[in-house]
Amino acid sequence: MESLLQYFLVLPFLGFILTLLANDKKETFISRVAFVVVLTQLIGIIVFISGWLYLGHLDLNLRELTLFHNKESDFFIDFYFDEITAVYMLMGALLTFLVTTYSRYYLHRENGYKRFFCTILFFFLGYNLAVLSGNFETLFLGWEILGISSFLLIAFYRDRYLPVKNAIKVFSIYRIGDVGLILAMWAAHHLFHENITFLKLNNYEMVSEHLSSHSLIGVFISLAILIAAAAKSAQLPFSSWLPRAMEGPTPSSAIFYGSLSVHLGVFLLLRTFPFWEHQTSIRVLITILGLFTSIIASLIARVQSSVKSQIAYGSIAQIGLIFIEVALGLKTLALIHFAGNAFLRTYQLLVSPSVVSYLIREQFYNYKPKQQTFEDSLSKKMEFSLYILALKEFQLEWFMNFILWRPLKKVGSKLNFIKIKSLVLLFAMVYAFGILTYVFKTNIPYQIRNLLPEIFAFMGMVMIFKAYSERKSPYVAWLMIVMNHFLIALAISFNEKVGFNEILLYLTGIVIAGAFGYLALLALSKNEKKISLNMFSGHVYEHPKLSFFFLLATLGITGFPITTTFIGEDLIFSHIHRSQIILAIMVSLSFVVGGIAAIRIYARLFLGPHIKTYHELPYKSS
Amino acid sequence: MNQVYKKFDEDEVLHHLQHYLPAQAPLKDFVHHNTLHAFQSNHFFDALQKSNQIFGYKTILSLPEFRDLYKNGKIKKSVLDFVIKTRKGEGNLEVWQNKLLFEHYDASCHPRIGSFRSHWKTDYAINLDKVVHTLLFKMLCSYLDQGISIWSFPVHEKGFLSSIKVLEKSNYISFFATKRAKELLFKPHLNIQTLLDILVANEDFYEQYLFDQQFLHPGWSGIVATIEQQPESLLDGRKINLKEFILFELLLEIDALDAKFGENWLPLGNKVKSKPMNLFAKAAYSELFELQTIWQEAFEFSFYDEVLLGIQYQKKNKIDPIDNKSFQAFFCMDDRECSIRRHVESLDSRCETFGTPGFFNVEFFYQPLGGKFYTKLCPAPVTPKYLIKEVGITNKRQTDVHFTKHAHGLFFGWIISQTLGFWSAMRLFLNIFSPTITPATSTSFRHLDKKANLIIEHTEGSHQIKGLQLGFTTDEMADRVEGLLKSIGLVENFAPIVYVVGHGATSINNTHYAGYDCGACCGRPGSVNAKVFAFMANHIKVRAILQQRGISIPEETQFVGALHDTTRDEIVFYDEEMISTSNKANHTKNINVFETALGYNAKERSRRFESIDSQQSVEKVHQSVKKRSVSLFEPRPELNHATNALCVVGSRNLSKNLFLDRRSFMNSYDYRIDPNGDYLFGILKAIAPVGGGINLEYYFSRVDNQKLGAGTKLPHNVMGLIGVANGIDGDLRTGLPSQMIEVHDPIRLMVIVEHFPEVILKTISKVPETYEWFKNEWVRLVAVHPESGALFLFQQEKFIPYLPIQTEIKRSKNILEAVAKEQDNMSILIIN
Repeated sequence: MESLLQYFLVLPFLGFILTLLANDKKETFISRVAFVVVLTQLIGIIVFISGWLYLGHLDLNLRELTLFHNKESDFFIDFYFDEITAVYMLMGALLTFLVTTYSRYYLHRENGYKRFFCTILFFFLGYNLAVLSGNFETLFLGWEILGISSFLLIAFYRDRYLPVKNAIKVFSIYRIGDVGLILAMWAAHHLFHENITFLKLNNYEMVSEHLSSHSLIGVFISLAILIAAAAKSAQLPFSSWLPRAMEGPTPSSAIFYGSLSVHLGVFLLLRTFPFWEHQTSIRVLITILGLFTSIIASLIARVQSSVKSQIAYGSIAQIGLIFIEVALGLKTLALIHFAGNAFLRTYQLLVSPSVVSYLIREQFYNYKPKQQTFEDSLSKKMEFSLYILALKEFQLEWFMNFILWRPLKKVGSKLNFIKIKSLVLLFAMVYAFGILTYVFKTNIPYQIRNLLPEIFAFMGMVMIFKAYSERKSPYVAWLMIVMNHFLIALAISFNEKVGFNEILLYLTGIVIAGAFGYLALLALSKNEKKISLNMFSGHVYEHPKLSFFFLLATLGITGFPITTTFIGEDLIFSHIHRSQIILAIMVSLSFVVGGIAAIRIYARLFLGPHIKTYHELPYKSS
Repeated sequence: MNQVYKKFDEDEVLHHLQHYLPAQAPLKDFVHHNTLHAFQSNHFFDALQKSNQIFGYKTILSLPEFRDLYKNGKIKKSVLDFVIKTRKGEGNLEVWQNKLLFEHYDASCHPRIGSFRSHWKTDYAINLDKVVHTLLFKMLCSYLDQGISIWSFPVHEKGFLSSIKVLEKSNYISFFATKRAKELLFKPHLNIQTLLDILVANEDFYEQYLFDQQFLHPGWSGIVATIEQQPESLLDGRKINLKEFILFELLLEIDALDAKFGENWLPLGNKVKSKPMNLFAKAAYSELFELQTIWQEAFEFSFYDEVLLGIQYQKKNKIDPIDNKSFQAFFCMDDRECSIRRHVESLDSRCETFGTPGFFNVEFFYQPLGGKFYTKLCPAPVTPKYLIKEVGITNKRQTDVHFTKHAHGLFFGWIISQTLGFWSAMRLFLNIFSPTITPATSTSFRHLDKKANLIIEHTEGSHQIKGLQLGFTTDEMADRVEGLLKSIGLVENFAPIVYVVGHGATSINNTHYAGYDCGACCGRPGSVNAKVFAFMANHIKVRAILQQRGISIPEETQFVGALHDTTRDEIVFYDEEMISTSNKANHTKNINVFETALGYNAKERSRRFESIDSQQSVEKVHQSVKKRSVSLFEPRPELNHATNALCVVGSRNLSKNLFLDRRSFMNSYDYRIDPNGDYLFGILKAIAPVGGGINLEYYFSRVDNQKLGAGTKLPHNVMGLIGVANGIDGDLRTGLPSQMIEVHDPIRLMVIVEHFPEVILKTISKVPETYEWFKNEWVRLVAVHPESGALFLFQQEKFIPYLPIQTEIKRSKNILEAVAKEQDNMSILIIN
């Protein structure tokens, strides 16, 4: 029965490829493919679940595919199926089915009809991969697909400024969640000395035995998981991304941010529950986080004067409660709550345009000048303060900016003097030095030698920060991202036992993607006189193919599972020692910010309002 | 240039701003209007060029778009050559042909707006808008909100800024990050000048700065300006004016600058080296634009010419008068009623139809039973003195729990999401696979209950209600009935039954629903007006008065009110129980005619809908048409006024056998009973702003859907029940969404009037506001000489004889068949 699980991925993948290859004028074909694929999947899941229930609903595990194997590392794809997966898969198929059917007509004649269905199917693939995953690596794969398809759907109206800006914002928060997941993977690797499957986490004795001697690392893993879950499910302090994600066509907002994507944080918690079940402090922490989120989010929801942001905050508040339910161990309740909330928000978003005629009619007949609310019982000063605070979304936007993005930009802007020639020269010198030290590493005093990985990783990280804040040359930014990977490889190679083929696996993808990206930049420069990162240029208007090509390069360079770098990254990580926590944090930050920097280059060059003004252009405030 | 160096006059600049900002009312009162109303004192083409150079609007199709139209045959070669020859002379034909068709031009647009204020970004490296806009929009939206938020804006003092002051005064936290802005807020008699002294310091730039600033978010500024002028457009009233809004924005800007640079930064006007610019200076000549105007005229006349040819044909081929009429029906002049009239007439050759503005000359406020407010049911500029009230039983309104705000609360949300949540799935499933009317649907039939009782007649001595008189006196009724009958030219030969058919629409998930209903009834269905008019015309005393005034309505003639739903193609009749026994049988027969005609109409309309197969049987097509009106996922329940291009003012015989493809407004009029053009004046006075307004809103939304239209409606988010934005933090989008205009051909309205040219000229020049429309050619005007049938085009304030360029006109015997095959605009056909 396990072996059937993989077909639930084959189907969406097939649909994705078919729509990708379709002619974009063929609306009927595209929507029919989506319809058939999702419907078949839905029926398949219903049949599968029925059979599974009939056969006694035992947890299923399928070790699918080994991607890399040597003495220390074993990188494999693994699937797992239990009642959590069952509920999430069923919900996913059902809602995607309803929404694709809905969108067949809704998106009729829209520019990007094909793009929409392609991305939806890609999302569907990522979603199924994530909920079916049997280990962190597989989960991470699905997680990445979700991140990128989210970005593409929020920036669906890519010729306008706000959707693109908000898409980058959401993508950035997602990447922060990814740091959590990467670090959790890394620490779990050191805790269990293997690529742990979720099935094994259910083994209470095994888990507690490992944890008893390393309780600190256990807390570290749990915290990392919590960060990933909170980012994905828009809990504090990340909440403000969710309403800003409502930029695409309403059905895509409904399925992504109303229902499926936003509940994946809950899924991660449910999935790893056996791991942190006995860490009381973590359970208390999750409860507190959920409680705070739900109180604050419902306060913010109360003052929202636009329909979609009201629904978004209403949903966040409920997810906060679901977090509490999970922390209390009320799994079934949490699952029911998830399903109900997902259905409700999807429907509310889909009928949200009707709110005008409905509420105005209500107002016409039931108008009362001033409604009493509970806030009226507060003192005036308290009431007003709370109102302004809620209106400003408790300064969450400002907070994220203050602790994350601004420091990054500050560091980066210190390096503004770097131009492309000096950059190449600098890098060549550093790298030559690095290779020299590597060759003669036995001659170097070990106190210094032990610091070298951190030093090189630090340099890489700074480069990434610079790439992230670069405002002029896309070449400089792009090269810095590539160079960072080389510096990481160098840093890690000082750790013993790193195989050459592992480094090769890691860097091949980088080199290929880096070269392709560079070529794309050259091609764009050839057509356009000046390309700059100073503002959004919207070149996709004239160069849609080049834009797609560059997007692929961007994905490649960020370690997206289309090149070997994806496996390489994981391997590199497993070579970071347990004691090198600083190094782990620096490398993971580099990965994450590097991803954001690359997407930023793509967005600034190809998306946003077109810099050429010979055709109709939207206002920047739209 | 003297405008630039004048001292800054706050009131004048505010007035100026108000003039140029979009004038779109809140959603519930959405009425079509000329998007570029601010430029109406200019000639149409000058206005297009000027607004393009000032504001960067795209105001005319681009060269490649015109060339495509030429390739597809929508612009005809003979017409294009004709336009070139008249404008450029015979000898230059080839040169200009070459330019029009082949030469390359740089169409880049460098608008004047925004150039000064953009120096914040270039010279100070600060993205002021990013910092300011979010809070500004949010505050404004919360303040104006009509009922989305659960916890509404806590203070509604004397106005926007005073409410903000109250909030700021007793608060632990502040709107502002710095001290100076906060202090300035509380400064007594704060004015714009004071703040601009800090921000800009060079007075020559003040006006330009404010224009730059406000036109970065014309949607929000426009709604503020509109509410300032029409406070009644919000049910839950809000005091606000543009000045307060600008003051708050300026304060936020100072705050953002102080936060970044401290209090000592150089004002923008002192830093920028460029000279102040006169935003409204004359537009420079551009050859490209001249080409576009030639193309535009050729595009318009390719269509006009066919129509005029058809009209001429009609005029020559006299149609026999109808004896022994079966019934008469008044419809709204709306272009959507153009085809239903044709179908009704083709099914019953003894019937006669008329077109007139759908408020049927009765203007009043309406209060349904239980309604807390009054609804205006007449054209927007009119302020009625009468109130019509509904009394007696009425159906209870249904509600929908999905709109309950409790779902967003914590505890109720917890319960609701686990219970109602599953019900939502069911509802969604049902709506996708079998859509039906729900409380969320906006349906025209709900506007007036079939069984409703109205107080229409004024009782002597009854009190005024809020300055309104309850009901009309018999004299007042007679005036209105007489006015309508004479304006449409029906003063004798009444049929036994006269139907008065209003119209409305049905849609769901449609924020622009008001634009789908009757424009002459302020964006509401016309059912109440139809019922009221029928009541008046049936009144014995009214008929006695009319008799004295020379209109004798036979005793057996009865007027029956009705409502046509233009989306679903359904009809409902009011007060059928009062139909006399002698008329009853006829009425039953007529119902049949209407029902069949509605089916045909649905079939004809369906040709534009890609998801419906027009070749299917009438019943099936009609079913699909009804279904799409209640489907959540259908962004085009109907196409509304899309493709409108004509307005015929004259007898039905002018257009009776012409297939005008639902592109024409039609106002019935008989020049014989109005030799001096008194009634014509009333008609044209309304047609210019209403028909012209609709036409131009479609025109501009079509040519620049990004800046002058609302963009695609798919991502729209409802803001405070007053407007839509794309996401949660953007500007309000004005104009029409792309789904409404995509099939529209952007050409001006051609008004065809059957009367003597000199009478028409005298009539239109009576009032300057009306004359402006024709003089500046925002609508084109053609006179049809009632006796000779000759055509005269109104150009440069003169009627010039017009001879159609084409000579052949197509014919068709079976319109339904011809239409089912074609999805695009069709040519004018003679039906026989």
